[in-house]
Amino acid sequence: MDFDLSSEEEAFRDEVRTFLDENLKVKADNEFGVSFDSEWNVKVREKRWVGFGWPKEVGGGGGTIMEQVILKEEMANRKAPSLGTCFMGLAWVGPGIIQYGTEEQKQRFIPDILDGKYQWCTGYSEPNVGSDLASIQCKAENKGDHYLVNGQKIWTSLAPFAEWMLLLTRTDFNAKEKHDGITSLLVHMKTPGLEVRPIQNMAGGSFFAEVFFNDVKVPMENRLGAEGQGWQVTVSALANERSSIAEVTAMQRRLEALKILVNKTVKNGKPVKEDASVRRQVARFEAKIEAMRMNGMRYLTKQIKGLPLSSETSVNKLHRADLEVAMGEFAVDLIGSSGAHLRGSADAIDGGRWSFSSLNWPDVVIGGGTPNIQKNIIGERILGLAKD
Amino acid sequence: MNFGFTEEQEMLRDQVRKFLDKQCPIPEVRKLSNTKPGYSAELWAEMASLGWLGLTIPEEFGGSGLGWVDMVVLLEETGRTLYPSPFISNALAASIIAEQGSSEQKQRWLPKLADGSLIGTVAILEAEDHLDPSGIQLQASNEGDDVILSGEKHFVSDAAQASLFVVACRTGSGAEDISLVVIESDTEGLKLADCVNMDQTKREGMLTLSDVYVKADSIVGERNKAWPAITRLTDCGAVAVTAEMIGAAEAALAITTQYAKDRTQFGSPIGRYQGVKHPLADMYVDIESFKSLLYYASWTVDESPDELPRSVSLAKAYASESFPRIGVDCIQLHGAIGYTAEYDIQLFLKRSKWARPKFGDADFHYDRVATLGGV
Repeated sequence: MDFDLSSEEEAFRDEVRTFLDENLKVKADNEFGVSFDSEWNVKVREKRWVGFGWPKEVGGGGGTIMEQVILKEEMANRKAPSLGTCFMGLAWVGPGIIQYGTEEQKQRFIPDILDGKYQWCTGYSEPNVGSDLASIQCKAENKGDHYLVNGQKIWTSLAPFAEWMLLLTRTDFNAKEKHDGITSLLVHMKTPGLEVRPIQNMAGGSFFAEVFFNDVKVPMENRLGAEGQGWQVTVSALANERSSIAEVTAMQRRLEALKILVNKTVKNGKPVKEDASVRRQVARFEAKIEAMRMNGMRYLTKQIKGLPLSSETSVNKLHRADLEVAMGEFAVDLIGSSGAHLRGSADAIDGGRWSFSSLNWPDVVIGGGTPNIQKNIIGERILGLAKD
Repeated sequence: MNFGFTEEQEMLRDQVRKFLDKQCPIPEVRKLSNTKPGYSAELWAEMASLGWLGLTIPEEFGGSGLGWVDMVVLLEETGRTLYPSPFISNALAASIIAEQGSSEQKQRWLPKLADGSLIGTVAILEAEDHLDPSGIQLQASNEGDDVILSGEKHFVSDAAQASLFVVACRTGSGAEDISLVVIESDTEGLKLADCVNMDQTKREGMLTLSDVYVKADSIVGERNKAWPAITRLTDCGAVAVTAEMIGAAEAALAITTQYAKDRTQFGSPIGRYQGVKHPLADMYVDIESFKSLLYYASWTVDESPDELPRSVSLAKAYASESFPRIGVDCIQLHGAIGYTAEYDIQLFLKRSKWARPKFGDADFHYDRVATLGGV
């Protein structure tokens, strides 16, 4: 074991630190860690730190895995806003286009993703298709110069704000395996016949939506990858998820805030920080978060050695899901009667953030595979148990 | 950056695994754990000649001069087969003498701890079972520079097997006036009561000291200032026990996973049902996680000692909480067969109960994490 950085890596870390000393004047505007401050976003874009791990020839930074980690950690240590503002584009769509897109598609879409010019969304789930994603039914007919799309998507995150969608369709209903016959399309959200109906979630936000397709025409040049290759495009985009180190920093920040809450809260006349069960629970959260970080370091070591990551990343997804729910529940329980008060209430604590987080966890916990699906993945792919 | 093992460490793992699989598979473990000494003197001698007893002892004192990451590699394997021996006790006695002893003391004891002619252990806890300066009440009266000890030591691992005890005692009137002394087992005034542990692969005893005379040259480290060294010693103990918990928990999971593949009910292997699959996945998640935490803690022992308290507490707390649960779940997933003495899975449940409190339980370590984290 060796946690030292090479001299090149140290030089890079110093470069990041110097940059932050000189340029970090903004804070994230919101809980997503993003700032829409254009000066900040232009500067990090010029450094090629947006899409830092992407190849240089498409406009990325060409950073090594280790440099990517250094950049993320340094940014997190200084509570800097995220690098780039196009959430889905940077996370899933961009990597898919880089791997499967035509030259023209790369030139058309990648710079806009890096510049954060608009948002992307991903049309995966359908009313009857959730965890069993390969069973999608949204139909796309090949009409020679375009695809004619009919069907419906639901729970499409950011659809109300997005300009483009990476859409998963079925082009072959007779394929032997359901994973075949799926095709990925890049669809402009203002295309005639496409209708977005936002859905309000229980926390009051409307970040996801139903999306209806009625004879929507998608030009042939907007197909991503070959016809019938859509499943691979999706899987490889999902596999692009790294060793989850970025998620750890988000959880560390929340734990810090939780400790401040614990240290200041008096319940039933006693400081809760002296309560053994409270202390143990806070430490339990810390152990889980630190375990995520250490698991991430082990995965990172695998990646550095050139070994592929597979299902073991489900471990950290389960921890994250558990922490999202448990930390919110713990906090609202801790603050007693204020626990049910939302922002704006005269008795809200910390601006109602704990109450809010006890309602908005499904984004993380359900999106991208529910805990039960993650446990199936571990049971079947790692432990080798029979498939359901 | 490399959070993994070196080629040499992988070779050591392979060597230990082959040694244990060949020389001490579970049927042999069962046999040994029913004997009075509880371990095999022949295998102990072989381990000495392979350089394992002196793994972390410096080469100039007859050891192999390796570090705690190597130690963890070895202990994961001894945990996997529940190998019964005073190995951890011996390693802890050796490391405190190596770190705190004078060169004369190192010369006197370390070569013998490395070659197996002495077996060492550490005696810290007393009846109150409290890892804290106030938990050390064994009183020493001063006789010039020498000391005379009267009192008790409890929960002493491998007490009946050991020929050398590193004992924590109170040598002054201040709250932290604590010293470490070495007492050999043939010293007058030392009496031993065997304890009956549900995990017969692990032995413990209770020591009674009646006017035990200890010469000044057997006081290890600075008189009255031993508490920080004791904390480090028990932290190393927690690293060692947790490393064995990894191996044991992985073995329990492997046995239970195999059972879930083989056992058919309602026309299907039971591992297909999510009621069985998901608890097994939960075990995997927990083991992977306390394993990662422990690997890091083992690295801090030699490379970043200031980080040791927090990192080992995270690992031991997590492991102490989850391994006993894994033990229970493994029995339950087996059904009635798991409840039988004949079937091996119960041995792992018993190990978890021994390991849970050893060198601090989850309550102790979580509370310490909270304190260190500013709560």
